[in-house]
Amino acid sequence: MPANRFNGFTDYGIGIGLRIPHYDHILSRKPVVDWFEIISENFMIDGGRPLKTLDQILEQYRVVQHGVSMYFGSAEKLNREHLKKLKALVKRTKTPWLSDHLCWGSVDGTYSHDLLPMPYTFEAAKVTARNVREARDFLEVPVCVENVSSYAEFHVSEMTEWEFLNEVVERADCGILLDVNNIYVSSRNHSFNPYEYLNSVPADRVAQIHLAGHSKFQKYILDTHDHPVIDPVWKLYDHAIKLVGPTATLLEWDDHIPSFEEVHAEAMKAERFLPVAAV
Amino acid sequence: MAPLGRADEVSRKIKAGYIKANDRLTPVERLEIYSRSYWYRLIDSMYEDFPGLLAVLGPRAFDKIVRAYLADCPSRSFTLRNLGSRLHEWLGKNKKFAGNKIDVALDMIALEWAHIEAWDAAERKLLGPEDLLEPGPDLRIGLQPHISLLDLRYPVDDLRIRAASAHTEHETASNAVTKPKKRRALAVGRLKPQRIFVAVHRMDDSIYYRRLAHDEFRILEMLRERKPVGRALAKCVKESATPVAELQKNLEKWFASWAELGWLCGI
Ligand SMILES: [Fe+2]
Repeated sequence: MPANRFNGFTDYGIGIGLRIPHYDHILSRKPVVDWFEIISENFMIDGGRPLKTLDQILEQYRVVQHGVSMYFGSAEKLNREHLKKLKALVKRTKTPWLSDHLCWGSVDGTYSHDLLPMPYTFEAAKVTARNVREARDFLEVPVCVENVSSYAEFHVSEMTEWEFLNEVVERADCGILLDVNNIYVSSRNHSFNPYEYLNSVPADRVAQIHLAGHSKFQKYILDTHDHPVIDPVWKLYDHAIKLVGPTATLLEWDDHIPSFEEVHAEAMKAERFLPVAAV
Repeated sequence: MAPLGRADEVSRKIKAGYIKANDRLTPVERLEIYSRSYWYRLIDSMYEDFPGLLAVLGPRAFDKIVRAYLADCPSRSFTLRNLGSRLHEWLGKNKKFAGNKIDVALDMIALEWAHIEAWDAAERKLLGPEDLLEPGPDLRIGLQPHISLLDLRYPVDDLRIRAASAHTEHETASNAVTKPKKRRALAVGRLKPQRIFVAVHRMDDSIYYRRLAHDEFRILEMLRERKPVGRALAKCVKESATPVAELQKNLEKWFASWAELGWLCGI
């Protein structure tokens, strides 16, 4: 039974981000993994080893696409050429849903390659929701927006981040990729209660959850995806699962990537919090 | 996009107008987290893509070039894979950055950009008998899109192989913040000029630099320009310093090896 209408895939279990250092291990050892998440942009290319590897992975595993450059929060309309390339990849992977971030990152065709924070205004929510709808209609696949880690807040914001997330997903009628590590990082950087955030997320829209590690500095926390998940984030995850039910969960590890076994073992810790029936 | 200037009072005021302070950081300090991350991410990507240029210029000059280039030519693509696409053109117009190493630097950039292109360019269907059904004077043969043909003034291919870092694959995107990385440059002596012709190509998912004879390079270049095979060969025979009999033997050998390498495809 799906936990909600945006998550027809509650049996997806625990996934791992597909990363280059693990290619050989995965292809030669064929480890049991529920699914892999790919960064779409790394495969929006014309040929070569990345696409060949992806095809080999697709023969044996389920793959879900996650993007980093659609920039739903940009004031500009989405780039059609980009969407066309993305749609070709969607057809290739048959991803059951697709996600990108609640952020902006480019202006007039110049890219920051970063996930930049948004002013939480009603106008921004309207524009973002328009972009999410456009992506979903063009790509013909359910779209989820992910909350990002942030390091700055705007004076013009008219609401909290979680109110803004609610506003966007209601207007766009889309799903949520809930990154509990990002909630934790932002809660420390902006001094809010992460449980207040979680409690206000519309549970019936959460299609996927992200977990990750981060780096702590004296005055702020940086979302570096280069460490194991810390206990407070596991506790948040536990709480999230209680609220939203069994949900496809993915561990992100993007820098100083350890062996496949280590990443897999870290991801599988999520099993402790998932209801037995769902695993 | 330029790095935030600590001394820039006007920009500080403007930024404070948009961004809130918190109990630990001023508005400018909060924006600096993004600014630093932006530069680390982009510079890191350039280090990954141009290890040969780093070896030619040394870390200090390389860093200067990369920062000036990125300030002039910020990314215009959704993928960092294309970040260095304008570096050759830019350095050609800003030669002072490479001093007396400008020619070798430009050659190395051409080679390293060809390497990036070879990695993920399309591979078209190999030339088959059906493409040769009408081998008249207008027969045209295509070259695989992943092949770049380079006419270089320095033997930068060997140097690039030595300088290549352990991870030659460029995973362009992740959604994590980048932290600074330590980099080491290969120490190299001065290269002696030597004109070489190189094809950068992909085979079995690896990138190769194949040196070509001048005549071989000319013919391949003409095929790439979509000249009919007959005309390309005639022009080569006319312009080459090699005796015709020897050239004929070479041509047989070259065509056989191009076919074996999978370089030839339909138009
Ligand atoms: Fe995430």
